[in-house]
Amino acid sequence: MATSDAIIKITSCSKHFGPVRAIDDVSFDIARGEFFSLLGASGCGKTTLLRLLAGFEQPTKGNIFIDGQGMAGVAPNHRPTNMVFQSYAIFPHLDVRRNIGYGLRDAGLSKKELDGKIDQMLELIKLPGFGSRAAHQLSGGQRQRIALARALIKRPKVLLLDEPLGALDKKLREEMQLELRALQRNVGITFVFVTHDQEEALTMSDRIAVISQGKVLQIDTPTSLYESPNCKEVAGFIGTMNFFDGTVKSMEEANAVVDAGPLGDVRTRPFAAKLPASGASITVAIRPEKINLNPSRPSASHNVIEGRMSAAAYLGDRSHYYVAVKGRNAPIAVAAQNVNAARSWLGGQDQPVWLSWREDSVILLDR
Amino acid sequence: MSTRADAGQPVEYSPSKVVEGNRYGWLFVYAVLYIAFLYVPPLFLPLFSFNDSIYVAFPIKGFTFEWYRQMAKSTGLLDALYNSLKVGAVVCLASTLFGMLAAKAMTRYTMPGKGPMASFIMLPLVVPGIILGIALLVLTNQVGLELSLFTIGVSHVLICVPFGMLVLISRLEGFDKSLEEASLDLGVNAWKTFWRVTVPLALPGIIASIMLTFLISFDEFILAFFLAGNEVTLPIYIWSQLRFPAKLPSVLALGTLILTVTMVLVAVAEWIRRRGTATTKPTAG
Amino acid sequence: MTSPAPIVRQDSRIQRFFLRHEWARGYALLSPTLAVMVLAMCLPVFMLAAHSFWTQNYLTIDETFTLANYEQALGWLWGAEGAKPIYIRLLWKSMQISFGVTVTTLILAYPFAYFLAFKVRRNKNLWIILISVPFLTSYLLRVFTWKIILGFNGVINSGLMSLGIISEPLEFLLYNPTAVLIVLAHAWAAFAILPIYVSLEKIDRSLLEAATDLGDGPFRRFWRITWPLSVPGVIASGLLVFIPTVGDYVTPKLVGGTEGIMIGNIIQSQFGKANNWPLGSALSIVMAIAITIVVLIFLYVMSLGRVRAK
Ligand SMILES: Nc1ncnc2c1ncn2[C@@H]1O[C@H](COP(=O)(O)OP(=O)(O)OP(=O)(O)O)[C@@H](O)[C@H]1O
Ligand SMILES: [Mg+2]
Repeated sequence: MATSDAIIKITSCSKHFGPVRAIDDVSFDIARGEFFSLLGASGCGKTTLLRLLAGFEQPTKGNIFIDGQGMAGVAPNHRPTNMVFQSYAIFPHLDVRRNIGYGLRDAGLSKKELDGKIDQMLELIKLPGFGSRAAHQLSGGQRQRIALARALIKRPKVLLLDEPLGALDKKLREEMQLELRALQRNVGITFVFVTHDQEEALTMSDRIAVISQGKVLQIDTPTSLYESPNCKEVAGFIGTMNFFDGTVKSMEEANAVVDAGPLGDVRTRPFAAKLPASGASITVAIRPEKINLNPSRPSASHNVIEGRMSAAAYLGDRSHYYVAVKGRNAPIAVAAQNVNAARSWLGGQDQPVWLSWREDSVILLDR
Repeated sequence: MSTRADAGQPVEYSPSKVVEGNRYGWLFVYAVLYIAFLYVPPLFLPLFSFNDSIYVAFPIKGFTFEWYRQMAKSTGLLDALYNSLKVGAVVCLASTLFGMLAAKAMTRYTMPGKGPMASFIMLPLVVPGIILGIALLVLTNQVGLELSLFTIGVSHVLICVPFGMLVLISRLEGFDKSLEEASLDLGVNAWKTFWRVTVPLALPGIIASIMLTFLISFDEFILAFFLAGNEVTLPIYIWSQLRFPAKLPSVLALGTLILTVTMVLVAVAEWIRRRGTATTKPTAG
Repeated sequence: MTSPAPIVRQDSRIQRFFLRHEWARGYALLSPTLAVMVLAMCLPVFMLAAHSFWTQNYLTIDETFTLANYEQALGWLWGAEGAKPIYIRLLWKSMQISFGVTVTTLILAYPFAYFLAFKVRRNKNLWIILISVPFLTSYLLRVFTWKIILGFNGVINSGLMSLGIISEPLEFLLYNPTAVLIVLAHAWAAFAILPIYVSLEKIDRSLLEAATDLGDGPFRRFWRITWPLSVPGVIASGLLVFIPTVGDYVTPKLVGGTEGIMIGNIIQSQFGKANNWPLGSALSIVMAIAITIVVLIFLYVMSLGRVRAK
């Protein structure tokens, strides 16, 4: 991502509502043509950030540049952005055609040109023939598409989407995720997509910014976010994670040995970036699906621990197991794909099992 | 098909069952009596407007249209009616406009001192009319202005703005502010957004405000009494006629006509309101 | 698909100021209405207050500061020379009548509002329209119809006489404070219902169910839940009726006779026949202050009551 090709540049931007710091000193770039997601828990400031980009709020501090142009003092109606609102904001007094054509009413197009564009949009969102429907005759999914068409017809440089799929049921949501992603590739417009659903963000995005309490914790591709989170919060927010407290015992050629209490000594993969100092207090994190479940002690000399099965949940394609180990209150979560028929050697509760994991499955995080 | 499985289903549940009680209990009787108490006095208007006697008193004589004929010939009365319509028309438009501006500021913007400002605008509701009337009279006199329909109109705008604002606030709260933001976002400026989104969606409220403020102005006497110049409005004309028994029956005839017209208007307004809620309800959420 | 990208426009400094500050936009929008209020209410009331410290010689106003008008209005209280008790007594009587009107109206309106809020299931609006329609007739004519009802040859007298209950028309029906009270109570009936109705309507029905569930009978439930929650509405109604009626001069003039005269009539006559604007101004200021004091005391007592209820 060359910064020179950034369509959005946010430089130390803050937005305060009285004492609330909705956005707290945030800086990052979004590249041209990117599908960029803002991910975070409810109330973390996602909508506020989007409204700063759209111009409905002005930053308390800092600047926003869109396509190289400073946005300070540029009204929402003069910005090269368009928005799909969380509530869709379909005009109830206009039919579908007029809703979609709303933004082009003053563009000086002839009726034929405008009709052509609207038809094109109706085609794009797969609702041809819906033009004369009244706003209240539409389902949630249809409203969502019309909100999308209404924004896209303006050919914005950036499309802002505030949890556009939040109001849809699960099946429709998954369908729309794929459709939206395909559509974005098709039109080539930069999408800034707000969601609190980590799976949705992982499925759709080129890059994701994880936000918490007005701050950006990490911006990365879905893979990097999942495989190498940079802090405990990100690791915990995206997917499930087993955390263990530990102290670094030694560093051998950039491989660390960590004393992780009940887990015993844990060895980790080579570190590329910052090396923890010997004796530092850190957190060891391992994803559930990276832990192997064995009926007997595996041959490996390290990264092995014995435990007892405390609970199991069968989810069809995979199963979740919770294994209690000595000296630790919370059981360790283990996930396994049910590739073959369910593990036949597994008996009931309290059966002794052995857990093992590879060195490169271990993530070390600051405590 | 009643099976045990039904037991697990949520039972159809009416949350107000407990407090409903018998709908036609003593409260219903009371309500009917109350309505009768409200209606009986005004109903003497039509009764005596058709009574064939110059005295507005019992016993009732015969039936006549004479008073309606006299009313149609009375220039003083018709002039006053025309003045009232004129003042009412300007007042209802002006106070709805001011009410709309205030309502929009109150519902769509966060700003310090909003509560006190709202109370300030509502103040004319709780200041006795006589004080507002003489205060405006004193000011008009001090500035050297002539008393006229204009001074009456100003006083009516003052007392109508709070009503307009209240009606429009409740209407503007009825639809999402993101509709207006969506319009801005699509490149339409604030002024056009107001006309293309806010006004159409607030239309039932705007109509209600126009009708309400018109009715208030049309019937207002306490302020107009102090502020009228040579040209008078209908209530002032009626006041002057109450002393002349001979003119009274035609005043009653006019009162009856006005009552009929306003009842029709109210029915129309209610019809519009119902249509309004029917078209905007499903879009919420 | 080759339509031009939107042009980014930089706005002027004033526009940017408004864009940056939401409060500035809000106040800009509010300012015309505030201007109307200031010009048509604050300024006139200020002039009225100024007038109350001046004097009038026939047609000319003497603008030297004096407290003489207030002494004339209130002097009787401290025994000022030549001060008459009439103004104080009228003010006191007006307050009593208005208080009576307010209490009567509230007592009559509450059960109706309760009925509307809890017993009417559909078409509540129709009921509300039903109670407002009588008030679409001219206020003056409505007051006048009471003269027809209460008068010497009125409905009540002729009715009673034709039934043989009385032989002579009753004369005490009209032209006294009671007549004023009845007419005013009728005039304000619909206004009193609405705030009470709104406060009752807002009560969460599950609270009432909870109370029933916890073993309250209907009367206990009303007393412990419904009534306390509707008190704000009752207060609003009370103020809405009390404040304007204190200054009313139309009703007393039409049905009050000499006994039923109120402070509003005296104030009005100062701007009419008696032609003493400064005294009239002083009297209206006194009335406004008296009303404010009564309202504040009332609100204070109510707030004490509510604190104790907690
Ligand atoms: N206009 C406002 N005035 C005051 N506080 C606000 C305003 N808008 C947002 N906030 C506060 O800023 C914080 C961030 O709000 P925001 O709406 O951006 O959250 P969000 O991440 O979009 O949450 P959600 O997922 O629930 O939509 C919240 O604490 C919110 O209360
Ligand atoms: Mg949000």
